[in-house]
Amino acid sequence: MRILILGLDGAGKTTILYKLQVGEVVTTIPTIGFNVEQVTYKNLKFQVWDLGGQTSIRPYWRCYYGNTDAIIYVVDSADRDRIGISKDELVHMLREEELANAILVVLANKQDMAGCLSVAEVHQALGLDALRDRTFQIFKTSAVKGEGLDQAMDWLSNALQARK
Amino acid sequence: MSSFKRDKKEEEDGGGNPFQSLDKTTILQETRYFNETPVNHRKCTHILTKILYLLNQGEKLTTQEATDAFFATTKLFQSKDVVLRRMVYLCIKELSSMAQDVIIVTSSLTKDMTGKEDLYRAAAIRALCSITDSTMLQAIERYMKQAIVDKNPAVSSAALVSALHLSNTAPDLVRRWANEAQEAISSDNAMVSYHALGVVAGSRKNDKLATVKLVTKLARSPFKSPYGLCLLIRLAAQLVDNDESEASQPYIEFIECCLRHKSEIVIYEAAHAIVNLRKTARDLAPAVSVLQLFCGSSKASLRLAGARTLARLTAKHPTAVAACAVDLENLISDSNRSVATLAVTTLLATGAESSVDRLMKQIASFVSEISDEFKIVVVRAIRRLCSKFPRKHQSLAAFLAGMLRDEGGLEYKAAIADAIIALVEENPDAKESGLAHLCEFIEDCEHTALAVRILHLLGREGPRSRQPSRYIRFIYNRVILESGPVRAAAVSAVAQFGAARPELLPNVRVLLARCTLDDDDEVRDRAIYYSAILDTGDRDLINEYIVDVARPNPVLLEKALRDHLATRPDEAFDLMTVPTAEQPQEADVAVEVEPRRPVQISREEKYSEQLAAVPGIERLGPAFKTSEPVDLTEAETEYRVRCVKHVFAKHLVLQFECVNTLSEQLLQNVRVKLEVPAGYNLLYEVRCEKLPYDKPGNVFCLLEFPESAIDSLGTFGATLDFSVRDCDPTTGLPEAGEGYEDSYPLEEVEIGCAEQIRSRPVNEEWDATWERAASAPEASDTFVLSQNDVNEAAKAVCEHLGIPVSATGDAVKEVRGGGMWRGGAPVLVRARLAVAGGGVTMHLAARSPREDVAQLLLAAVG
Repeated sequence: MRILILGLDGAGKTTILYKLQVGEVVTTIPTIGFNVEQVTYKNLKFQVWDLGGQTSIRPYWRCYYGNTDAIIYVVDSADRDRIGISKDELVHMLREEELANAILVVLANKQDMAGCLSVAEVHQALGLDALRDRTFQIFKTSAVKGEGLDQAMDWLSNALQARK
Repeated sequence: MSSFKRDKKEEEDGGGNPFQSLDKTTILQETRYFNETPVNHRKCTHILTKILYLLNQGEKLTTQEATDAFFATTKLFQSKDVVLRRMVYLCIKELSSMAQDVIIVTSSLTKDMTGKEDLYRAAAIRALCSITDSTMLQAIERYMKQAIVDKNPAVSSAALVSALHLSNTAPDLVRRWANEAQEAISSDNAMVSYHALGVVAGSRKNDKLATVKLVTKLARSPFKSPYGLCLLIRLAAQLVDNDESEASQPYIEFIECCLRHKSEIVIYEAAHAIVNLRKTARDLAPAVSVLQLFCGSSKASLRLAGARTLARLTAKHPTAVAACAVDLENLISDSNRSVATLAVTTLLATGAESSVDRLMKQIASFVSEISDEFKIVVVRAIRRLCSKFPRKHQSLAAFLAGMLRDEGGLEYKAAIADAIIALVEENPDAKESGLAHLCEFIEDCEHTALAVRILHLLGREGPRSRQPSRYIRFIYNRVILESGPVRAAAVSAVAQFGAARPELLPNVRVLLARCTLDDDDEVRDRAIYYSAILDTGDRDLINEYIVDVARPNPVLLEKALRDHLATRPDEAFDLMTVPTAEQPQEADVAVEVEPRRPVQISREEKYSEQLAAVPGIERLGPAFKTSEPVDLTEAETEYRVRCVKHVFAKHLVLQFECVNTLSEQLLQNVRVKLEVPAGYNLLYEVRCEKLPYDKPGNVFCLLEFPESAIDSLGTFGATLDFSVRDCDPTTGLPEAGEGYEDSYPLEEVEIGCAEQIRSRPVNEEWDATWERAASAPEASDTFVLSQNDVNEAAKAVCEHLGIPVSATGDAVKEVRGGGMWRGGAPVLVRARLAVAGGGVTMHLAARSPREDVAQLLLAAVG
C-alpha cells in the first residue's frame, strides 16, 4: 500500500518516516526531493513516500499523487505563524482528483514543545470541520519522543483494511 | 570490424538487434508501468534499457517528454533491486540535461551515496553531480568532501571524476575540495591517485606557480600510480613548453627519468613527451631508443605506439628516425597492417630516392587490406615524397591514380586528390599527367564536393597547359552527365578557358549557349553571366570577373548578409566591404607532432561573437579588418590589458581585453578613458561591470573615423579607470564597503595605415594592374630611411603599410603591394629602395581612386 507523508518544511516528516521504519530518531537535513522507504507495521507493508516540504518542492507533490491509498499530513503545532499556509496547502491538495479516495491522517506534531497549539486548535486552524466525504482522523504526536505515532498507525491500518 | 560484419549477417537472418525497431512514443507510454506497486523490476529494467538505447541512438526528447520520463523514473526509487537501481542512475544521468526540475532526486541520491550499499555509492555520486547545478552544489559539498577521501576506491574515484566535471561550471567551489583531493593523491589505489591529481592540477591550471609547486613536489616523491605519472609527465612537459629557460631543466630530467620506469605506459608517455618538446636530435636519443625497443616488442599495441610516434617524428627530425631504419624494415611484414603501414611510410619519409621504388612495391602488396585511415597516411607520405623527389613524379602519380581507382570513402579520395593537386601545382613536369589522372577520376566520381574542386582546378590550370582543348571535353562531359552543383562548376571551368584562350572562345561560346537551356537555375545563371562577360570582349572586365576574382571570406560574407538584411534590407549590398578570404596558411600536414591543434579560424570570425556586446554593431557592416592584439601593459603587472583594433568601413572599435591578476581585488565599473585625436569622434563605450580575479573582461570603445583618410593616422592616450573592492583571496567574495576609485596608465594605442588596409597577394598580373591604374590619382615622394640595410628597410616599409613582405631586385629593391582600403577603394603601392650615401633612399608611389588614401600611404611612411 502506498502512503504519502506531506506537510510544510520542518514539520518533522522525515523524522516520522525513519521513526516508523527503524524505530529510532535519526538526524535529518532538509529533504530536497523525496525519501521512499518500505515500512512494516503489524504485518502490513507500506510503501511510504516522504516528500520535501520547502516552497520550491511543493509543486512536485502532485507528481507522486497517483495510486495513493493514504496521506499522512504533518503539522508543526509550534509554528503558529505558518499554520495558515499549512491549511492552504492541505485544502489545495485535497481538491486533487487523484487523491479523492485517499484516507487522511493529520498529525499535530511537536506536542512536546512549550506553547504549541493543542489538537483542537490545530483541528480548527486547518478547517477540518469543513471536511466532508473523507475518512480522516487527527492525532497529537511527538516524533522525537515517539508519542502518538502508534495510535495513528493503528487507526490507519484498520481504516485501510476496512476499506478492502 | 569483424563484430560489425557479424551484426550485419545477423540482421539478414532476422535475429539481430532486439532494440532495432523501437518507437519513441511507445516507450514513453511504457514508463507508466513505473507507477505500479509493487515494482516489477525485470520489466522496468528492460524499459529503462530501451530508453537509454534510444537516447544513445541520438533520438531527441522534448523537454516535456524528458521531464515526464524523468519523473516516472524517480518512482522506481521504491524498489530495492540493485540492477534496477543502477539503471535508474544511468537514466537520471542521461535525462538530467534534457529534463526540468531534476533536483527532485537530490535527497534520494544523497542517501544512496552515503548509505551502506557499496554498489550504489559510486554510481549515486555520478548521478548526483550530473543533476546538481552550482547553486545546489553547496548543499552536497560536505558529502563530496567525505566521498573524495573515502576508503572505497570506486567511491573516491567517482567523486574525484565528478569534481573534475563540475569544475567546468563551478571552478571556485571545486577548488575548495583541493585539500581532500590532495590527500587522495597519496592513495594506494592507482586510479584514485590519478584522478586526484587530475582534480588538483585542474584547479591550478590558471596558476602557473602553483602548478610548478605541484609538479616539483610530486616529481621528487615516490609517486606510484602509473596513470598519475603519465599525467604528471604531461604537466611537466607543458611547463617545459612554456618556459625555454634553464629553469625547466629539472622537469626534463624528471621526464627522462621516467623512461626507466617499469610500467610501459609511463615509458611511452615519457618518450612521447620528449619527442614533442622542441629539442635537438641529440636530446631525443634516449626517447628514440625506447621507441625503437617498442618496435621490437611482442605486443602489437607497443609496436603500433612505437611506429606511430616515430612516424610523426620524421617530420621534425628525419635523421633521428633514420637510426631506427633496421627495426622499421622488420615491421614492414608485420601481421598488423596498421603497424606495417606506419613503418613503410616512415621509411619512405626518411629513406633515399633509390629505396622509393622498392618500398612502393611493398605498399602496393597490402594497400587493399588496410583501413581508409591508414590509406590516408600512405597518401600523405607519397605527397611528401612528391615534393622531396620531384624526379619520381611519374611512378608516384601513377600509384596515386591507381589508388584513386580503388574503392574508398570521401576523406580518402579527397586526400589522394589533394596529393595530386599539390603535385600539379608544385611540379611543372607533372602537371599534364596529373591533370590527366584527375580528368579520368572525375569521369566516375561520386563525391560532388571533390568533383567541384577538381573542376575548379582544371579551370585554373587547364588553360595554361599545352593542349587546353583536351580538358574541355572532360569538363563538358560533366555538364551532360552530372548533378546541378557539378554542372555549375563545369560551366565556370569552361568559362575560364574562354577567358584565357582566345582561340577557343568561339567553341566555348557554343558550349555556354547550350548551358543556358539547363534545368538548374544556378547552371543557367552562370552560363548567361559568363556569356555576357565574354561577349563584351573587354579584357579588364573579363580579368576582374572571370580570371582573377576576389573571394570574400564565406563565414564573414554570410554574417554580413544577415546583418544587412536585418538592418537595411532596402539598400544595395556592397560586396567590397566584406574581407576577402585569407591566403590559406600552408598547413603542413607533416608537422603533426602536436596531438591537439585548434581549428584555424580567422581573427574576424573569432571576435565577431565578442563584438556582439557592442550595441548597434550590426549597423556598422562587417568588420573590415581585425588586427593582432597589442599589449598595453608590461607582462607581469597588476592588470593586463591588450588592445584589439576592429576596423569597419567608417568606424573603429577598440576592444580592450583586461585581466585582473590580483586575487585580493575585485574591479568594478571598468572603463578605458581615451584621449581622442582631432577628427575622431567617440560615439559609445561599453564598460566592464565586474572584473574578478583571473577572469578576462572586455571594454569596448566605438569611434567614428575622420572624414578625410589623412586625419585617420593618430595616437590615442589611454588610461584604465575603475573602482576597487577588496575581497577575500580564498573565496573571491568582496568585503563590505564601497570600495575606492583608482586608475592605471596604459600605453598609447596607435592607428596607422596597416590597420586600415587589407592586402591582396601580389601575382604576376601586378604590372598590368599598375599600368591600368595609371589614370587614377597618384601620390609619390622620396624619403631617406633610417635603416642602413636595404632588406631591413624594405621589410619595415611593408610592415608599416600592412602589405606582405615581398622585395625583388638586387641593387634597387622594388616592393610591390596592393590591397583594399576600408570601405572598398582599391589601392596600389610601389616602393623602390636603393642604398645612397650610407643610408637608404626610397621612392614611394601610391595609386588609388581616392586621392586622400594614396596620400595617406605616403604620410604613414613619412
